[in-house]
Amino acid sequence: MAIEIDVAKRLGERTIAAAFTAGPGLTALFGPSGAGKTSLLNMVAGLLRPDRGHIRIGERTLFGGGIDLPPEARRIGYVFQDGRLFPHRRVRTNLLYGHDLAAPAERWMTLDEAAAFLGIAHLLDRWPRSLSGGEAQRVAIGRALLRGPEILLMDEPLSSLDAARRGDIMAVIERIRDELGLPILYVSHDRAEVDRLATQLVEIGE
Amino acid sequence: MLSPEEWGIVALSLKVGGVAVLAILPVAFALAWVLARYRFPGRLLIDGLVHLPLVLPPVVTGWLLLIAFGPLGPVGRWLESWFGVTVMFRWTGAALAAAIMALPLMVRAMRLSIEGIDRRYEGAARTLGAGRWHAFWTISLPLALPGVLAALVLGFARSIGEFGATITFVSNIPGETRTLPLAIYSALQVPGAEAMATRLALFSVALSLAALILSEWLVRRTHAGRARHGD
Repeated sequence: MAIEIDVAKRLGERTIAAAFTAGPGLTALFGPSGAGKTSLLNMVAGLLRPDRGHIRIGERTLFGGGIDLPPEARRIGYVFQDGRLFPHRRVRTNLLYGHDLAAPAERWMTLDEAAAFLGIAHLLDRWPRSLSGGEAQRVAIGRALLRGPEILLMDEPLSSLDAARRGDIMAVIERIRDELGLPILYVSHDRAEVDRLATQLVEIGE
Repeated sequence: MLSPEEWGIVALSLKVGGVAVLAILPVAFALAWVLARYRFPGRLLIDGLVHLPLVLPPVVTGWLLLIAFGPLGPVGRWLESWFGVTVMFRWTGAALAAAIMALPLMVRAMRLSIEGIDRRYEGAARTLGAGRWHAFWTISLPLALPGVLAALVLGFARSIGEFGATITFVSNIPGETRTLPLAIYSALQVPGAEAMATRLALFSVALSLAALILSEWLVRRTHAGRARHGD
């Protein structure tokens, strides 16, 4: 499923613009800090409104031509840099937040499957604040997958982790790419990360 | 410890304070939300009006209530003709005065906690399929809850202590509008009732102190819950 993006947005002094088509696999949006990579993901997610352009997933228009789907209607999974787990909900109810809201036909993974896939079954009754960085990021990935998304957005999901955890999470991301076949838009400024994970590279900025 | 008459005064005070804060809570929350989240013309004016009871002499607030809710006042006449009710010289009037006086404190406490919510959680909820309202009920409101509870406790304590606006608006009627501070004031006017005044005053001090400690504890809980997972 191709993701077609052609947007521009003025934010203060800067203009963030990008036009590319992301195929299946993992598309890395690569560029220096401050190039607007996160803003681009936010536009795809519906959290930031582009000034002009369009965003399409396959035949589905998310933005453009008078259409501007709200975030909840876009069927996108978003893994944030900081995990952003809801602090007042346990791991289990964090994971199920989007799952419970999705229509049954949209879901393609159960809680048990996600927990097994990510190795987080033993964490279900914990509070987010008690998780390590790597554990929290796994739960955040699980929460996004359980929402039943058509594509996954990942915003530097490794940046807050130490080297050992990075390797673990990279292996998880490779399995999402290869075993689940979920298209991924992946923001990073780390060359090594991109070289290992990306099937396609899009340079942002400069 | 307290005589039956004094317990009656305490019970009336608790009723007046409880009804006052519960009735004004939705209004206070809506005001706190709007002031915390939106920028619009007239915002400063609303902010000022909300805070007015905090700085106005309470007797002026009471007198303004009297003008508005009296039998000839715009609100009083409307209440009388549509619902056949009057708050004049009734405990409901005491609750109204207490609610107006508690409003600024409650709005301030809730506004702080609403401003403290990391809005990115709401964004995350939206990407997970939650509409605005669902995100509000499941994310924003629970995260603001300690602040809401702190505001309730603080407003309740303030209501129990309300004196000036109450005595101006609904007078000092035993069993109807004579709450703790009015009873203490009355006891101080009567020779030989100092013991009663002392007992009621001590009770007031204990009640207020407990409320302050409880609300402070609730506020600290909010900040503790938020210190993690930010960046």
